[in-house]
Amino acid sequence: MNFKLTEEQELLRKTVRDFAENEIGPKAAEMDEKEDYDWSLWDKMADMGLTGIVFPEKYGGAEMDYVSYALAVEELARVDASSSVVIAAHTSLCSWPIYAFGNEEQKQRFLVPLAEGKKLGALGLTEPSAGSDAGAVKLTAVPDGNDYILNGTKTFITNGGKGDIYVVVVSTDKAKKHRGTAAFVVEKGTPGFTFGKKEHKLGIRASYTYELVFENCRVPKENMLASDGDGFKVAMATLDGGRISIAAQAVGIAQGAYEQALAYSKIREQFGRPISANQGIQWMLADMHTRVEASRLLTLHSAYLRDAGEPHTKESAMAKLYAAECSMWVTVKAVQIFGGYGYSREYPVERMMRDAKITEIYEGTSEVQRIVISNSILR
Amino acid sequence: MKIVALVKQTFDSEAKIALEGGKIGRQGISLIMNPYDEYAVEEALKLKEKHGGEVTVVTVGSDEATEAVRQALAMGADQGILVNPGTEDIDESTIATILAKAVSGLEYDLILGGFRAIDDGSAQVAGRVAEILNLPVVNMVTKLEADGGKAVATADIEGGSAVMEVTLPAVITAQKGLNEPRYPSMKGIMQAKKKPLKKIGLGDVSLDASQVAAKVKVLTYSLPPARAAGKIIPGEPAEAAAALAKALREEAKII
Repeated sequence: MNFKLTEEQELLRKTVRDFAENEIGPKAAEMDEKEDYDWSLWDKMADMGLTGIVFPEKYGGAEMDYVSYALAVEELARVDASSSVVIAAHTSLCSWPIYAFGNEEQKQRFLVPLAEGKKLGALGLTEPSAGSDAGAVKLTAVPDGNDYILNGTKTFITNGGKGDIYVVVVSTDKAKKHRGTAAFVVEKGTPGFTFGKKEHKLGIRASYTYELVFENCRVPKENMLASDGDGFKVAMATLDGGRISIAAQAVGIAQGAYEQALAYSKIREQFGRPISANQGIQWMLADMHTRVEASRLLTLHSAYLRDAGEPHTKESAMAKLYAAECSMWVTVKAVQIFGGYGYSREYPVERMMRDAKITEIYEGTSEVQRIVISNSILR
Repeated sequence: MKIVALVKQTFDSEAKIALEGGKIGRQGISLIMNPYDEYAVEEALKLKEKHGGEVTVVTVGSDEATEAVRQALAMGADQGILVNPGTEDIDESTIATILAKAVSGLEYDLILGGFRAIDDGSAQVAGRVAEILNLPVVNMVTKLEADGGKAVATADIEGGSAVMEVTLPAVITAQKGLNEPRYPSMKGIMQAKKKPLKKIGLGDVSLDASQVAAKVKVLTYSLPPARAAGKIIPGEPAEAAAALAKALREEAKII
């Protein structure tokens, strides 16, 4: 058993923390308020190599492990959850399936610019009646010569609108259900591919969420990942890895809120002493700290399993489930410790509380995680 | 251009300093590269990018200081040297003597360092190194161009700035404003562990403990007095103003 981070992981954590505090922190509240992302931050993250942490150097990545990636996502989320989801969706949901299922030509064309941060990536999986039930996608792709013609819509697409490269899960044969699915890479600007409405959300408001609309959109067959029939497989494998980054994001939000609450409890005075002198507050802080640490250990353990090439579907679902619920719980407590100020937008904890909620929902709700876990233990 | 950057590991600038048994407590303090030295490293890397060459980072410290050297390597420096003096009984002359010895074994056109460290703030070390190596020194530089055997540096002077030309090799010390240090890149972090980092002792630079014994000894450390709570003077404006003036004269003795 070894819980010590390597020298590189420590330096990465310190570097991303400094970057997040100095560059992102001062902008987080305003980006949330304006529901818009400052994309100059993306350029800075690209310069640092945060846009391709886990991919091999030959594909433009930093060739770091998943533990490093989880640490980076956590440090971004500790300051600004929106920044962490921009990176997490780009890396885990778009670049990763191209890395895992793409052929060499597709990797050169799509993965290299994604990992180098020259292009922003997104995944189109969710539809009004499909998501975790990836076999139920209705967006159709009909073969036509060397192309496929795509028709249908995708909803709630993170990095939508701004993204340059989209991995889109489609149905090629409804009768075969999930065996009749495929995954395509579609570039922004492809005729017939447009964006519908921008979602206005409770939290992670700086992150872009758009509807994708495909109307007779012609996509060449060489843009298909793996083979016709593999769309479901691509989606499921992608979500396995995505869960680790959402767990890391949940840990980061909770850590940020806990630190804010801890500091505030020491300076806020009532009845002539800091509120941290009250046992009621002390126990809240102790529970917050304990749960955040437990979430982090589950998350880093699932990342470790992935690095070791071990099965981790159950572990990453457990990490995401626990970390997301912890994040919601901790941020609610943080707002409580801040009292009236916690409810005010002058302080960051109400934003963190709004941001935490999404971690219980996207990339599989907490209920779906429980299905994944129970399927694994009742098998 | 061959450049040497002198760095020091210091307490985090946001660390809460407390005294433990008459010494500065290290409990719960995180360590960083001295921010002025970060400017020096950044400037060295910029010059290397412009003119080619290599950057060597040199520090004196315990094994813990490895972290600061690795950070410089991750930013883009080519190699590092850490000299562990093996004792904590050191002063500025100790450090400068060791640094000068370590640097004298290298080829260099330029030596860069922070003009001071944020912990003891003595601003002596780089100047002493220049003296030992018989090199010119320009302090508190906010703009630097170096090429072809000379450097042109803009330096802070009292009430203004001066542009100076100096022949190389020289020692240049960095002031805030010289540049914006880069963050190490992820690739840089991965490459840093493959770069040479020599950890050596006094014997390796042909020194013994007696040659570097501290000549200055800190007798006591004291923290600045805690800020007293403010005082509110109640009453009607005219009366309160009179009471305030009286308090400022008689209690605070500032008017």
